[in-house]
Amino acid sequence: MAEATGIAAPVARSAQPGSAMMGHWLAIAGITGFLGLFLVIPVAMVILVAFQDPSSGAFTLVNFADFLRNDLFLRAFGNSFYVSIMSVVWASLFALPLAYFTTRFEFRGAAIVQTLGVIPLIMPPFAGAVAMQLIFGRNGSINLLLGDWFDINVPFMEGLNGVIFVQSVHYFPFILINLTASLRNIDRAMEEAAQNLGCSGFRLFRRIVFPLAMPGFIAGASLVFIKVFDDLATPLLLNVKDMLAPQAYLRITSVGLKDPTGYVISVVLIVFSVLSLFVASLATRGQDYATVQRGGGGLSKRRMNPAQAVLAYGVIGLILLLVLAPHLGLGLLSLATIWSYSPLPDGYTLDHYARVLGESWQFISNTLLYASLAGLIDVVLGTAIAYLVLRTKIAGRHWLDYMASAALAVPGVVLGIGYLRAYYGVSLPSGQSVTSFWFIIVIALAVRRLPYALRACMAAMQQVSVSLEEAAENLGATKARTIRRIVVPLMTGGIVAGFVTSFATAAVELSATMMLVQNTSDAPLAYGLYVFMQSPAGRGAGAALGMIAVLIVGLSTYLSTVLAERDRAAKAGSTS
Amino acid sequence: MLNRRSSIAVTALLAIMGPAFSQAPTGKVTVITSFSKDVTDPIKKAFEAANPGLTLEVQNRNTNAGVKFVEETKSNNQSDLFWASAPDAFEVLKDKKLLQAYKLKAQGIPEKVGAYPINDKDGYYFGFAASGYGIMWNERYAKANKLPEPKEWQDLAKPAFHDHVSIASPGRSGTTHLTIETILQGEGWDKGWATIKAMAGNFNHVAERSFGVPDAVNSGQVGVGIVIDFFAFSAQGAGFPVKFNYPSVTTVVPANVAIVANAPNKAGAEAFVEFLISPKGQEVLLDPKIRRLPVNPAIYAKAPKDFPNPFTDKRFQGMMVFNVDKSGDRTAIVDTLFDQTISFQLADLKAITKQLHELDGKLAKKANPKAKALGDEARALIGAMPVSEAQAAEKDLASAFTGKDAKTRRAEYEQKWAAFAKENYAKAKAKVEEALKAAN
Repeated sequence: MAEATGIAAPVARSAQPGSAMMGHWLAIAGITGFLGLFLVIPVAMVILVAFQDPSSGAFTLVNFADFLRNDLFLRAFGNSFYVSIMSVVWASLFALPLAYFTTRFEFRGAAIVQTLGVIPLIMPPFAGAVAMQLIFGRNGSINLLLGDWFDINVPFMEGLNGVIFVQSVHYFPFILINLTASLRNIDRAMEEAAQNLGCSGFRLFRRIVFPLAMPGFIAGASLVFIKVFDDLATPLLLNVKDMLAPQAYLRITSVGLKDPTGYVISVVLIVFSVLSLFVASLATRGQDYATVQRGGGGLSKRRMNPAQAVLAYGVIGLILLLVLAPHLGLGLLSLATIWSYSPLPDGYTLDHYARVLGESWQFISNTLLYASLAGLIDVVLGTAIAYLVLRTKIAGRHWLDYMASAALAVPGVVLGIGYLRAYYGVSLPSGQSVTSFWFIIVIALAVRRLPYALRACMAAMQQVSVSLEEAAENLGATKARTIRRIVVPLMTGGIVAGFVTSFATAAVELSATMMLVQNTSDAPLAYGLYVFMQSPAGRGAGAALGMIAVLIVGLSTYLSTVLAERDRAAKAGSTS
Repeated sequence: MLNRRSSIAVTALLAIMGPAFSQAPTGKVTVITSFSKDVTDPIKKAFEAANPGLTLEVQNRNTNAGVKFVEETKSNNQSDLFWASAPDAFEVLKDKKLLQAYKLKAQGIPEKVGAYPINDKDGYYFGFAASGYGIMWNERYAKANKLPEPKEWQDLAKPAFHDHVSIASPGRSGTTHLTIETILQGEGWDKGWATIKAMAGNFNHVAERSFGVPDAVNSGQVGVGIVIDFFAFSAQGAGFPVKFNYPSVTTVVPANVAIVANAPNKAGAEAFVEFLISPKGQEVLLDPKIRRLPVNPAIYAKAPKDFPNPFTDKRFQGMMVFNVDKSGDRTAIVDTLFDQTISFQLADLKAITKQLHELDGKLAKKANPKAKALGDEARALIGAMPVSEAQAAEKDLASAFTGKDAKTRRAEYEQKWAAFAKENYAKAKAKVEEALKAAN
């Protein structure tokens, strides 16, 4: 059949625009339908309250006026903005060396460094917070030791600066993953040309490599910015309440109160997130990042001289030690008997793992299933949206991107309540409610994590040269075949990056899950962790479950990285 | 799902076959609870052993998520029971007609524990365990920071405790709310708020969930926490170096269970309620990992020696009479006042309190009437509230929070109260600074 298409090329080409258009419209209808059903409608049903007069229920904007008149909210908005910007700066400082050294140089252990660099993203709910306090808190290991030795106390986790510190440690992998994918795609010849012209060192990075990797960096940085702006877990962990997302959460989750303000803040968060995405897209608009030669082809990576190597390993080692310290704490906590006001636990035991493995296999297998399915849905949708936005001229196509990305700003509990409100009455053929079927948890995870995969896919697509697709089509390939055989393979790195971020973060999601779990046998690991962490005796078991989540994600990431690398190497081999 | 359907069928069949068979309910009983695994597992085991044919399906949700879940799923309710601590959550469910009244068969349960009624007066929810509020502290932390043993609420306002105390926001923790309300009713509105704010000046933070407080004390991030007793007892049971005291003004509060309206397995739900209150169910509460106070006085005969007994212990008998209706009517107002004048202004409040402690230190060494007068003025400014007790009981204010026929919106009050506190704290700061200069 393939040959036949090739021969019938002229005919196919004349018929193609129409069928391609059909395909585009079908894809748009499918994506809009999915997002409409599982994001827009449920969320709208919940946040409608923001536009209603509290006493009469009539449409009004007075709640937004109240928002603007409130000192606390304005201060919170300013704080959230400041923290987000500073977190992007710090996260970039953590991510740049890791990404640059491991991709552009011959670097032993690159796959391990990149895997370890993803781990900070997995901060298991509650257990991660306790571990973080035990290491960096005001009476954490570091401060207790500093107090003993030098009689000083460093407020790592106090106030806005504490939030910036924790957020940049937590979310820098977004930049790392996307930047790494982008850097891998840069043609090695660009660097060689610059070097031949006498450029080297930091100037080479600043003028040639970094600008070419811009799509990946922007993708990661905008994710960090929006995620930090919308994140409520870290500020609450540090007891910082004068930021926007915690204000929304505290109001929405107060027992039994009818209060529009929380939903007003949610609307503000959503609008602002979409707006900042738009601003980020301006940064790469009108620039061409595509290179025809892929990923350095058969050319060799640069070598470091011994002094450079020592420096590079030193910097990377230090960064990894800092960003993985919370997980070290989590590991200790999962093995600790009692750990209270001391630099290290009083004693060690394996009992917590025995308890968790005895009771919680179901949680682990459920998590693997749910997070992989969610990650798959996300990369399929992400690739499709990226293609529609970047390769077609359909009016309003950018709104697909904005709509999907708005999910970042929707608090999980709002999505969960929305699903119950919209679909509890809808039954499956078996008579079971849609919302008590386990797949609804997968959908919730997919919707919440879609923005991560989407940014990665967008960045990857920006680096694919259109001329390669045109070449394929000139040779008679249909649009569908071009996408399948040319575009998607060239995007592999970005797609894997998207899958890893979605999968990893879905594995520890709790807020929407907590609303939707209706059967312990369907519950994922994060829910089990929550159940353990509500009692003093369950703390070690919760940490053990958290460590298992970290290991699962770490292993999956390592496998994905190795597979992507092998795939790339195979392709490079076949082209040279 | 199949289980439930068949269980419904079986129950229906049994109902037709006659009363003799419907005595022993069967099937799955689904309970929504905020209690941890350490609490639910032993009770589930004992319940299933005592009621062969019934299995307990435990769904863990925090109290708020549980309330929302019951509300959103009422069209086709699949939950049988709601089981949690905070009485206010049950009040919300009852108001929304999401609970079902039931008349207890069990005998031997007194009407009140301390000053608090054990069961809802209309029969919608039932206390099965009592808990008292008090002060928990970490011994290692106290030793390292040279903290004295905290015995009374007023102790926590002393300079030694500055930046060492943690509490949960009363708006987020039904039990903390009751503690705040206890102090307000015990000492009176104005004096009560002054006490609370004097303590609050020493807070390290205001946690957003009840368990955040014992968590911070257990790991030694703060020294002292204002918590419900079983958090401290179960932490001791798990081996943490913590201790607990009941202050002389406190209250005991029942933890509750209720049958959800249109429960799919109503007979099973009733069996669970009866089991919790039966001697067998009450005895499980003595488990060191649970450590809650049974509501059946007879059970205390089997309790370990140091176990507090609210029915005989003097500390609990001396407790003031708690007006449940008064507390219920102004819940949202008290919680919002706390958040707007304390939680969201904590940095300012702490800074002034620190200076006040400094001033007290100076005055203790060398008396200075002018500085003392300025200090007292500052304390009065800090303690002042934007709303009097009479205003808090007014209908118009309450309606702003329920959203029914409100003339003024809640958001407007919040902004007004926050501005009031901010301005007063700024004035107080100026006074204290003047006093500090005068005292030199």
